[in-house]
Amino acid sequence: MPNFELNEEYQALSDMVRDFADNVVAPVSAQHDAEHSFPYEIVSHMGELGLFGLPFPEEFGGMGGDYFALALALEQLGRVDQSVAITLEAGVSLGAMPVHRFGTQAQKEAWLPQLTSGAALAGFGLTEPDAGSDAGRTSTRAKLQDGEWVIDGSKQFITNSGTDITKFVTVTAVTGSTERADGTVKKEISTIIVPNGTPGFTVEKPYGKVGWNASDTHPLTFTNARVPEENLLGERGRGYANFLSILDEGRIAIAALATGAAQGCVDEAVRYAKERHAFGHNIGHYQGISFKIARMQSRAHLARLAYYDAASRMLAGKSFKTEAAIAKMVASEAAMDNARDATQVFGGYGFINEFTVARHYRDSKILEIGEGTTEVQLMLIARDLGL
Amino acid sequence: MENSALNIVVLVKYVPDAQFDRHLIGDAHTIDRSESILSELDEYALEAALALTDARGGAKAGNVVTALTLGPASAAVAVKKSLQIGATQGLHVNDDALAGSDAWATSLALAAAIKTLGPVDLVITGMASTDGETSIIPAQLAARLGLPQVTFASALEVDGGTVTARRDGDDYSEEIQASLPALVSVTDQANDPRYPNFKGIIAAKKKKMTTMSLADLGLSASDVGLAGSLTTVSAAAERPARTAGTIITDSGDAGIQLVDFLAAQKLI
Ligand SMILES: Cc1cc2nc3c(=O)[nH]c(=O)nc-3n(C[C@H](O)[C@H](O)[C@H](O)COP(=O)(O)OP(=O)(O)OC[C@H]3O[C@@H](n4cnc5c(N)ncnc54)[C@H](O)[C@@H]3O)c2cc1C
Repeated sequence: MPNFELNEEYQALSDMVRDFADNVVAPVSAQHDAEHSFPYEIVSHMGELGLFGLPFPEEFGGMGGDYFALALALEQLGRVDQSVAITLEAGVSLGAMPVHRFGTQAQKEAWLPQLTSGAALAGFGLTEPDAGSDAGRTSTRAKLQDGEWVIDGSKQFITNSGTDITKFVTVTAVTGSTERADGTVKKEISTIIVPNGTPGFTVEKPYGKVGWNASDTHPLTFTNARVPEENLLGERGRGYANFLSILDEGRIAIAALATGAAQGCVDEAVRYAKERHAFGHNIGHYQGISFKIARMQSRAHLARLAYYDAASRMLAGKSFKTEAAIAKMVASEAAMDNARDATQVFGGYGFINEFTVARHYRDSKILEIGEGTTEVQLMLIARDLGL
Repeated sequence: MENSALNIVVLVKYVPDAQFDRHLIGDAHTIDRSESILSELDEYALEAALALTDARGGAKAGNVVTALTLGPASAAVAVKKSLQIGATQGLHVNDDALAGSDAWATSLALAAAIKTLGPVDLVITGMASTDGETSIIPAQLAARLGLPQVTFASALEVDGGTVTARRDGDDYSEEIQASLPALVSVTDQANDPRYPNFKGIIAAKKKKMTTMSLADLGLSASDVGLAGSLTTVSAAAERPARTAGTIITDSGDAGIQLVDFLAAQKLI
């Protein structure tokens, strides 16, 4: 029989991050959210705890843990602060992981130690103004000229791309084309590391977002930006496929974060339902409220089982693409539904920004969009069914 | 002797988590320990020990930090957590006969356990346990071990064979020195306890963890427990549930009513 009980190490890690989230992160969450400020001090503390190094080998400054350990940490952080959680998620799974999976020894030595220690961040530039779900429509171009890639184009919504500690962004770009047997043209997409500060690479002003206010997101433009030929990450022409495999794993991480958000809404709602009185009882006394919260708890539980399953398949070396898509969809919907219900439990206070549930209400929507929309997950699940 | 490696014992206690309501059980009025953790006040003691040994090259340079606890099987959690945070080895004194021991009996068993560790430079404890809160164990232990004691230190330094501690009073601060070996209890102002990291969690599994019974310590059941205790808890009651507060509606004299209330409660 499958067993989803955490072993002693996973449990200790989860407890440690929970403690950190409650005692160090939560007290400053509302302020960073209100001020739209990037939580540098939290990022640095998470670095000390080894969270940025969780799934990487010790050789590159990692903790020698695995992807499930990262997911557990994200769940605990997601409970109290999605901005902090996504900063870690994107830092590890989008910033450092592509270098770890596809980088040369020299690239790993140059970049990984600073990323795994949390001293530096990197971005992952796939989405473009006109190519999101259909990221293969990429129009950013990179031409090889005199031993340098010359990059022109733009990227949209790139997380962790413009902080003071961001060192580079890995971007997808069209590096050529080949003609298929049937005469149609196939774009050759590759990934290239572009260090921040490269002339011609501009990190544009941050967006005014609905939520994830303390997470760093920018549009990027590249005008005749030149980087050395050896900044190619992975094989030429494999860029798109490589990025999609990074996103498969990333979905487990987002599912874990979303599970945390869903659970955070339950925890807040339970506490408040016991405290708040109306018509002679605490509001949790009324089934209109208690059943709502019971349903919320069920959603969080199912979301957790879904990501545990996808992660255990991944760690066992089995195919996990469909399970990761299911987990990402189910968990992000659980977060959104629970945020809506928790806000209802809180009444008017649920509409006030500094309340955690109000923040979850604004933060959770993007979970159904980023790293593959719900519709994209459904496409993947349907494709697996042969549809 | 200048900054040579240190052998430190840190007392850690497994206590009910202060985040939850506490309950008393049984005739001896002991505390229900079902939601328990490493006492937060002991994390300052552990941090003080780790800061001293880190500055001397840590375990690699021969420094030893032993996390010592006395309690039932479940109390091993406090030692495990200490090993994850960075202690070198763990010692758990566990014997059914210890149940109901007061501070006097507890300090007897702890002193015997510390003696099994060979020459120790420092015994560091927290300022109190977050459950019994007697704060008397450090003093009793120092007496039993024949060590100078410096209690309630809010800063701690070791130089050669001397420990220097700062004690902060309400309107003064004093610096106290003692020669090693010594016993020091530290306050929650002494440092910022670290969190364990994942490497520490993995490494803890391979660290030495010893469990000792009373017989291992050369003690008998009558030395400890209720029989070996000088004090018993004759009565204890849970705090009555909080009643609704007094609401003063301002009709001109609210300030006076407020002051009267505070004066009646002897708060001003
Ligand atoms: C805060 C934030 C952070 C982000 N961080 C990053 C990052 O670090 N790196 C990065 O590369 N991207 C990032 N993104 C981009 C994100 O991944 C995309 O927004 C997302 O993939 C959707 O793409 P799109 O916005 O272009 O929407 P579109 O692809 O234009 O989709 C619009 C709608 O159409 C639906 N749709 C599209 N195709 C189909 C279809 N075939 N069938 C049914 N419905 C369909 C979509 O599901 C969606 O509902 C981020 C976005 C945000 C908001």
